[in-house]
Amino acid sequence: MTSKNVRLKIDEMKTPTGLIKNLEVSIGKVVNDNWTEPMGPTPMPSMTALRDWDMKLLNKYKPFYMPDCDLCCLCTFGKCDLTAGKRGACGLDIATQSSRIVMLACAIGAACHTAHSRHLLHSLIEKYGRRYPLNVGGLNIKVEAPVTRLVTGIKPETLGDLDDVLTYTEEQITQVLAVGHTGQEGSNLDFESKALHVGMVDHVGMEVGDIAQISALGYPKADPEAPLVKLGIGSVDRTKPVIMCIGHNVMPSVGIIDYAKETKADDKIEVVGLCCTALDTTRYYSRAKIVGPISWELRFVRAGLADLVVLDEQCIRTDIYEEAAKVGAPVIAASEKNCMGFKNRTNDPADEIVADLVSGKVAGVLILDPEKVGEVAVRVVQKVAPIRKRKTVLPSLEEVTQIAKACTQCSKCQRNCPQDYAIPAAMKAAAQGDLSLLTDLYETCIGCGRCEEACPQKIMIHSLIVKAGEKAMCEENNLCRSGRGAVSDVEIRNVGSPIVLGEIPGIVAIVGCSNYPKGGKDVYDIAREFALRRYIVVLSGCSAMSAGSYRNADGQTLYEEFPGGFEAGGVMNVGSCVANSHIAGAAIKVANIFAKRPLRGNYEEIADYIHNRLGAVGLAWGAYSQKAAAIGAGFWRLGVPVIVGPHGVKYRRMLMGREDKPEDWEVLDARTGDKVNVGPAPEHLFNVAETKEECMVAIAKLCIRPNDTWKGRSIKLSHYVDLSKRYLGVMPNDLHLFVRTKADIPMTMKDEFEKVLAANDWKETIIPDPTLLPRMVRKMKE
Amino acid sequence: MSCEPWQCAEIASTKKANAIQKPEIAVAMIKKAQRPLLIVGSNATERYMEGKPLIDYMIDFANASKVPVVATAHMVGEFLKRGYQPASFMGAMDIGQRIVDPTWQGLDGKGHPDLILLVGLPYYVESLMLSGFKHFAPDLKTMTLDNLFHVHASWSFPNATLEEWAANLKVMTSKFNGGN
Repeated sequence: MTSKNVRLKIDEMKTPTGLIKNLEVSIGKVVNDNWTEPMGPTPMPSMTALRDWDMKLLNKYKPFYMPDCDLCCLCTFGKCDLTAGKRGACGLDIATQSSRIVMLACAIGAACHTAHSRHLLHSLIEKYGRRYPLNVGGLNIKVEAPVTRLVTGIKPETLGDLDDVLTYTEEQITQVLAVGHTGQEGSNLDFESKALHVGMVDHVGMEVGDIAQISALGYPKADPEAPLVKLGIGSVDRTKPVIMCIGHNVMPSVGIIDYAKETKADDKIEVVGLCCTALDTTRYYSRAKIVGPISWELRFVRAGLADLVVLDEQCIRTDIYEEAAKVGAPVIAASEKNCMGFKNRTNDPADEIVADLVSGKVAGVLILDPEKVGEVAVRVVQKVAPIRKRKTVLPSLEEVTQIAKACTQCSKCQRNCPQDYAIPAAMKAAAQGDLSLLTDLYETCIGCGRCEEACPQKIMIHSLIVKAGEKAMCEENNLCRSGRGAVSDVEIRNVGSPIVLGEIPGIVAIVGCSNYPKGGKDVYDIAREFALRRYIVVLSGCSAMSAGSYRNADGQTLYEEFPGGFEAGGVMNVGSCVANSHIAGAAIKVANIFAKRPLRGNYEEIADYIHNRLGAVGLAWGAYSQKAAAIGAGFWRLGVPVIVGPHGVKYRRMLMGREDKPEDWEVLDARTGDKVNVGPAPEHLFNVAETKEECMVAIAKLCIRPNDTWKGRSIKLSHYVDLSKRYLGVMPNDLHLFVRTKADIPMTMKDEFEKVLAANDWKETIIPDPTLLPRMVRKMKE
Repeated sequence: MSCEPWQCAEIASTKKANAIQKPEIAVAMIKKAQRPLLIVGSNATERYMEGKPLIDYMIDFANASKVPVVATAHMVGEFLKRGYQPASFMGAMDIGQRIVDPTWQGLDGKGHPDLILLVGLPYYVESLMLSGFKHFAPDLKTMTLDNLFHVHASWSFPNATLEEWAANLKVMTSKFNGGN
């Protein structure tokens, strides 16, 4: 697609019909695209264009609010007490305020991704030009940007085309943010609708960023055999100078790797990453290494393993420069979004910056040119490493015991620990020379450091935990599949039918951050359980790292044990946060490529298809961020349910169905227009699982869809029952709601099901061609 | 025993729980309720007092008080293993959503509960559920049986040691068993 701004000005022209003077014609865009598909009903939807669809979902899945605060303090009328139905000075009540907070969180998340994508796009267009072609999978991918095509109606072909797409997302995010102002929206459901809208927009923004970087930076392109890259602190060669890149925007890391290669320093230094930057750095350069998820920041820096810290954007500890200073590691801030108080040295000569950082004259600098970041970082790290000599702030093991003796057992550490871990007991044991409880904490600690902030004795509790776990830390040497990006059209064709018919029991997308209730092993366990059951397992972000951080009995990581394709029993890593768009994209492509539903600007029909037919579930076991909220909202609008771990309750609002209300579960049969009760399939759009065990069962249950064939439903129910027996220790108590005909009953469970059906006055029903949209009914009954 | 939220940051509340200073008061409240309901969460097998897990105390309490139990997370199997049949099992959010629905007629279909007891959920989960009840079921009474003060409940025990907690739960059970 190409587009131009056209302006025509005529000062004076004589024509047969008369004289024209000072004529000026301005046309915003001239669109010349090669996509022959007719435009659907909702290209570039405004905030209200899909409101009716949202209300259908919100009627089925009603918000359940759990306010984190009784007050609103967003304007000077406040603070306003909104407790139990009271209204604030602006008229808002607590339900509306809660939904407003949800919407704002989603808008922040979407803004974060779109701003990230905008920066990537600027950088890549500057380097490669607007006409640089998009290529996310060669001949294997013809639908290169399914989310973008669906939402905007644009088929992007070049980097320049993505510019127009981002203009749309930026406008929509601004519109949604405006709704958050005092004295705007007054309905909680309309706030919810706008949260869904900005979530949808978020996926467009993410897709733009990822397809731009895949195309221009030579990442793996929908490759099931993308390289296995090293993962874990133990994989880092500590004999070499180490550059640690933190964040999400790969451009500074690209500058570092390019400069290192140009100067043949790439064999002399280690480039390691933390959080999503790590994933994208390894997509660019498979010899880079992934330290681990966001929660590994403190342990890596305090252990003295980083000789230089480079910060780009998102999910960075905002005090990391202070931590780095304690171990003598200089910092380069490389994003306008977090300047960290450093002087902007972008336009200074590299020699001067290097000298200042190596000498310690300055603790850090702001450099907004990725190429200059590369030069400075590579030169500085090689000079600083011999000076630092792995300076650490971790105490010796003997000192741990001595320090622990200062603990007064006041429990402030535990009371400030997000996980409520029994830190006082570990300190007491450590004071007596037993470090085993501290070592146990190392495995599950999320590394936030709140324990230290709370300690009246100023004990560096986290450092004690890291020291006690140091041996295990240095043995973390695992493998992660490099982010492969999109799902190919061929893969979609291969699995489209068995997914939609239910014979592949589901797609489990395990995404997002590392605020896990009991460590990352849960993510590995969940992913492996469903891969063994031949679900399609898709991973991204910090979850993709955690999943790769454990090994089976044969010593294989998850990525070695299972194939990397979008296939039954496959375990694929799509990549970083922005790569989450490929998961939504895969769902959209099933509707478009397999089911041949029109794609262009046709959001509602595609979402209706996905919601009723595609057994996909998102799991953000450690979700913590506003970005995760936005990603979730994008899935909700597509009708895909999302589960979060227990900390996800702090998003303060669930979207939940009620299986005890049969009137909520009617769909239209597109063949006849008849209303058919299909049961709670899927039961929720957004829910918390309190434990791993509950989560296992919830995933299987939420994969059930109205469209399942009897064979597919039977397979899904067998997993649901088996997981329930195994992890809950009991048969499910709602099986009768999911059996439509007796053919749905798994053969090996016939007797158990018969008892359940008999006890619940079960009646047979039909399997409809399900839709929530009256316009999709082919022959409405008179 | 302090009456500050166990997790220190959970303070953003204008309507605060009344502290239960003696277990006998809790027993009186429960006896006064027409339709109490007890929600037991996943920490029931994680937290121990005097060598016994919380779930054992709650089974004793439920047997004595006849308060019906909803087991959340994977606790149903733990109850069954111990020979106790909970009235129902479902996710914490599922039961929470039903509770804030004024039309919900309870597990038995005979009427909405008038007192919700909670115990053993992760602190932050329980805290937010209680907040949801406070705001969206304002006529409902809520009580936590944990040893951790919950500001959003109607009534909460203050922060207490494990020994004090065990003693409180045993007194409550004994009072329902006809003890003095």
